This record gives sequence, C-alpha cells and structure tokens, in this order.
Amino acid sequence: MSEQLKVPTMAECMAEGKQPEVLFWVGSAGSYDDRAKKITKAFVRILNKANVDFAVLGSEESCTGDVAKRAGNEFLFQMQAMMNIEVLNAYEIKNIVTCDPHSFNCIKNEYPSLGGNYNVKHHTQFIKELIDSGKLKVQQHTYKGKRITFHDPCYLGRANNEYDAPRVVLSTLDANLTEMKRHRATALCCGAGGAQMFKEPEKGDKDINVLRTEDALETNPDIIATGCPYCNTMMTDGVKAKEKEDSITVLDVAELIANS
Amino acid sequence: MDYLPNILFAIALVLGIGFFAKNVRKLIRNIKLGQDVDVSDNKSQRWKNMAMIALGQSKMVKRPIAGILHIVVYIGFVIINIEVLEIIIDGLFGTHRIGLSILPQSVYGFLIGSFEILAVGVLISVILFWIRRNVIKLKRFLSNEMTGWPKNDGNIILYFEVVLMCLFLVMNATDTSFQELNSGNVISQYIAPLFNGLSEGSLHLIERGAWWLHIVGILIFLNYLYYSKHLHILLAFPNTYYGSLKPKGEFNNLDAVTNEVKLMMDPNADPFAAPAEGAEEEVPAKFGASDVQDLNWVQLLNAYTCTECGRCTSSCPANLTGKKLSPRKIMMDTRDRLEEVGKNIDANNGTFVDDGKQLLGDYITNEELWACTTCNACVEECPVSINPLSIILDMRRYLVMEQSAAPTELNNMMTNIENNGAPWPYNQMDRLNWKDE
Ligand code: SF4
Ligand code: SF4
Repeated sequence: MSEQLKVPTMAECMAEGKQPEVLFWVGSAGSYDDRAKKITKAFVRILNKANVDFAVLGSEESCTGDVAKRAGNEFLFQMQAMMNIEVLNAYEIKNIVTCDPHSFNCIKNEYPSLGGNYNVKHHTQFIKELIDSGKLKVQQHTYKGKRITFHDPCYLGRANNEYDAPRVVLSTLDANLTEMKRHRATALCCGAGGAQMFKEPEKGDKDINVLRTEDALETNPDIIATGCPYCNTMMTDGVKAKEKEDSITVLDVAELIANS
Repeated sequence: MDYLPNILFAIALVLGIGFFAKNVRKLIRNIKLGQDVDVSDNKSQRWKNMAMIALGQSKMVKRPIAGILHIVVYIGFVIINIEVLEIIIDGLFGTHRIGLSILPQSVYGFLIGSFEILAVGVLISVILFWIRRNVIKLKRFLSNEMTGWPKNDGNIILYFEVVLMCLFLVMNATDTSFQELNSGNVISQYIAPLFNGLSEGSLHLIERGAWWLHIVGILIFLNYLYYSKHLHILLAFPNTYYGSLKPKGEFNNLDAVTNEVKLMMDPNADPFAAPAEGAEEEVPAKFGASDVQDLNWVQLLNAYTCTECGRCTSSCPANLTGKKLSPRKIMMDTRDRLEEVGKNIDANNGTFVDDGKQLLGDYITNEELWACTTCNACVEECPVSINPLSIILDMRRYLVMEQSAAPTELNNMMTNIENNGAPWPYNQMDRLNWKDE
C-alpha cells in the first residue's frame, strides 16, 4: 500500500487517555474476507481523509452473533451480544459506524434490550453526513458519466428503511445512476441473508444471486454498487456466472467514494 | 295480518347471527391457544396503522390494478351493506322500504342510486378478478398451495358477490312502486324492461324472491367467512392494529434465553443452586416453535387473516428461484394446523389430545425453513401486516436449539463463532491484520 492507513485501536486510545468520537465496527467479513477487507480499507481511507476521530476494537471485536440469530441459535447470539456489549460499555462507546448492514441492524435494534445502547450508523449514512457537513469533498472525475446501479441491501433498506443515504452519496459522483426494476422496498435479496451465505442453497431452478444480477444487467451498468460485504460477494459471483466480469465491476459505495 | 314472513325472517336472522357468533367464539379460542405477547404499547400509532392499512387500503395500491379493483369491491361491499339495515327492519316489522318513510325521497333516491352504481362497479371488478384468476392465470394464483379448496374458495367468493349484486339489482328492478318513483333507479331502470309483460303478481313474486335470497345469501356468506380466506374482511382490522411497530430487521430477543445466558456468564452463579424461595423460575417448555401452540397469538391471528393473495410469495427470492419455500404456504399451513388442533379440542371436550402431528414436519418441512434469506420481502409486501418470517424464525429456533438439526455447514459456522468469534475458522487475534496487508 502506498499510503499508510491510520487505524488506532480502542486499547491504544485508552492508554493515551483519549476517547474517540466514533467506533468503527469492522465486522467479521470486513476483517477476514479478502474482498470485504478492501471495502474496510476504502472506508478507512475516507475516515482518514475527513480526519474523523475514530478507533477500532481490533482483536477485542467478536462476531455480533447476527448470523447465529438468523440461523435460529438464539443462545449463541445472546452470548456474543453480551460479550460484545461488555467490551463496548467498558470503553463507554457512544457512536458506532459499520460497513455491514447486518451488524448495523443487529447492534442498532437487537443489542439495546440486552444492555447495549449506541448510536449506530451504516457507513453510507456516515459518509453522507461527512459530505453534508463539508468534511469530505468528492472529486467528480473518476466515475463521471459511468452507469451505476445500486443494489439495496435488505438489512439497510427494508429492515431499517434507509434507501436514500447510499443514493445521495452516489449522486455526488456525477455518474449516471440507474435503478433496477426492483429497487428500494421491492429490491430483491442478493441471496446471502439469513445465514444462506454459509450454506449451499436448497434445491431450486436458479441461484438467487444470479436472478438479482439479471435484474442489474437489465440496466446495462458499468458498475453495480453495493453497501454490504455479503451483497458484494453475491453480486460479484453473479456477474461471473453471467460472464460479464470484463465489462461490469461490483464496488461498494465506500470504494466508489474513496477512489474518486 | 299474516305474520308468518316476519317470524320466518326473525328465525333466519337469529340462526344466521347465532351460528356466526359461535364461529367467532371458536376463532377467538383458537387464537388464544397462542403464547402471550405484549402488544399494549403505542396505541395511537396502532390505530393509525389500522386506519391507513386496513381502512385506507394503503398497501393494496402498491399493485395498482388489483389494488383499485379491490377498493371498488371493498367500498361497494361496505356501503351496499347499509341497505341490509333497511332489509332487516323491513323483514322484522313487515314494512316495505322503511327508508322512504324516514328520509326525504331525494335523499333515499340518492342513497339507493349510489348503491346501484356501486353494485355495478363491484360486478365489473369481480368479473375482472375472476378473469385474472381463471383466464389470465396469474402465476401467483397457480402455486402448489393454491389447488383444491383454496382455489375453489377464491372463486366461490367471487360467485357469491356476483349473485348478491344481481339479486340486489333485480330486487330494485322488479319493485314496481320503487320504479314508479323514478328516483334512485339509475341502473335498475334499464333492467326493469327485461321483466316487461309479466303480471303484477309475478313481478311481486320475483321481487320478494330476490329480496329473500339477498338477505339469506348475506347470512350464508357471513357464516362462510370462518372457513374462507374471506375472513380477512373482519380480521384485517385487528391484524393491522397488532402488527409490529419495530423496524423490520429487528427480531425479538428471547427472554428465557437471556436469563440462561446471564446465568452462564455470571462467574458467581452457582449452576446447581436451588432457585431462591418464592422466585419461581419458569423454564419454558421449549425454545422456538414446532407447533401452533408455541407461536404467539398475533402469529395465529396472522394465519387467520391471510387473504392468500400471494403477494408475499411472488416477491420471495427463494420462491422466485424455484425453492420449496412459499411464505403464503407458511401462513396457510399454520391456519390449517390451528384448525386441526381446534377440532381436536372440540372433539375431546375442551382439551387437546396429542394426535402425533405438529406444524413442523407434517405441514412445514425443514427444507422450506432453511431456504429463507430473512430478507423481509414477504413482510413488506403483505397488504394486511402479516409476518411469515417470524414464524419461519421461530421454527428455525426450535430446529437449532431443541433438535440441533441445522444443516452441517451452519453447524460448522456456529462452531466457528463459538471458538473464534467469527463465522470462519480464523484466529480472533488476526482480526486487525487487514490494516497492514
Ligand atoms: S423473508 Fe424469507 S420467506 Fe420472506 S420473502 Fe424473504 S426469503 Fe421469502
Ligand atoms: S401473508 Fe399477506 S401477502 Fe402473503 S398471501 Fe397472506 S395476505 Fe397475501
């Protein structure tokens, strides 16, 4: 990497007696998955560029338990949740931002009744605020005129009614934004949710990510924009299945902003 | 004076309403078989939802063609039923068109005139609905679960409405005194000529026949509801009232699990300690749901409310890609099983006797449950605030926590979370490695 990323951990901040404004919850995919790590780094580049006072938990972060809960393992979910809440509360965390809509939904909606109350934002909401407040300037040349279609993540859109933030952020790129037939509340799932990411699909006549990719292809895009590491994987695989990887790239909103 | 018709009418009315009341009691009993759930919060928002979604049909118009046709039938049905009030008074007291002696003729004419126009609107809509179901063959009415009774049910309702509307118009057309007034007969004046040449006597006979069939038909229809998806005309109201107010992504945290996890994580807790005196630890019979009694009563109310419209299934990513899962079927299965349990209770003097069956396995298979992506499309689509996903999740919980019956890959994933704090087999100490890669 040419530029050095500044990624302080909570433990380091604590040692220096500092309390960062916001915690960046990286999430399991963002920490380990090769593709998702690029999204994580892109978002850190944005945070660094906008001089955001943030930190990560590093090795003190653990799985939110979201995927266990959706698989039906409420025990495992609550164990993970309570462990994480203990750590978060010990650091007196108030604000959290994450690139993963699943972590976003889980911490925002399901942690409070277990004792974890935070102000949680999805990274597209956070980036929108940085742009709105003038802390982040977006250059418009990289994607000028490119056809971009945004795939709504279920856990950002339907689950939490946030359809605008990613679109507002993308609109700063001066690109040509197009919508799929199914978008916003009627968007089709990429197929990864509800623990499907970790298992083979049931018998059927098609894979969900291929169907969703077909939705995207109808808009004839140069870029499919995503806001979730799992959607990203699914759409990337879908584009490969359709043998379109030479003409279409799948990029997270954070990557699009960081690159421009 | 001949009181026979009045007496017959009173008997029909008492029978019709009596049977209906009996069915309603059964319905309430069955719904109460569900677990308790607190829905006493936020009353004003709940009333608002009911007004918007049930009364105002706000979700119906998301699919404009069906939505607008449905609104015509809905308004027509509600408003024309004002006429039933007159019929009941006339029937009981032997009057004829009591409305005319209460209201100014112009007002009465306006009312009946609007009813006639609405009746034609309903007729046209119902015929279009029939065509959608039987000629155009919309995909969402052709799924596996829509064969047999559900398919017939859908059509029977439409036939019922056609017959009722025709009877209403014929009744007006053959009512010579009403036609002579020439006020309010906007439609029926064009039907009246069909009966030209008939004697006064036969006209009266037809008018009386249509009048009787109309009211008897309505009473039969009222009692048909309990067995039909048409029950939604009543239950849509409580169902939208009790619908969830939380963000759709928020799944409930099981309190029973919270207690156990707290105990496990508390280093001072003695797992073998006897529960403190008086503090009766109520350990639930089981985690998750394998049968209808394990679901909460709102979920059971959901099942009775389902209109079988299939909007959920037609937007379900699993169903769209050929998987067995259909959220509509989840709701229909839940209702069928609940009915079966209810009949069991009726047959056994008020107690449920184990019949060796349950919702899980005998109605809903594991394969269906594991195909769900928890995407909430079904919840979003449902025009009457039903949540099929919550039932799927509760049944998954039973499979995982009571039976350890998750697919192997998911078990591996969960073991990884337990051991490494991530769904993959990576070391938690490596969580920040990306920084320097
Ligand atoms: S939540 Fe499950 S059942 Fe409902 S639409 Fe999505 S995949 Fe289908
Ligand atoms: S659950 Fe709702 S959307 Fe699905 S069939 Fe029933 S009424 Fe229609």
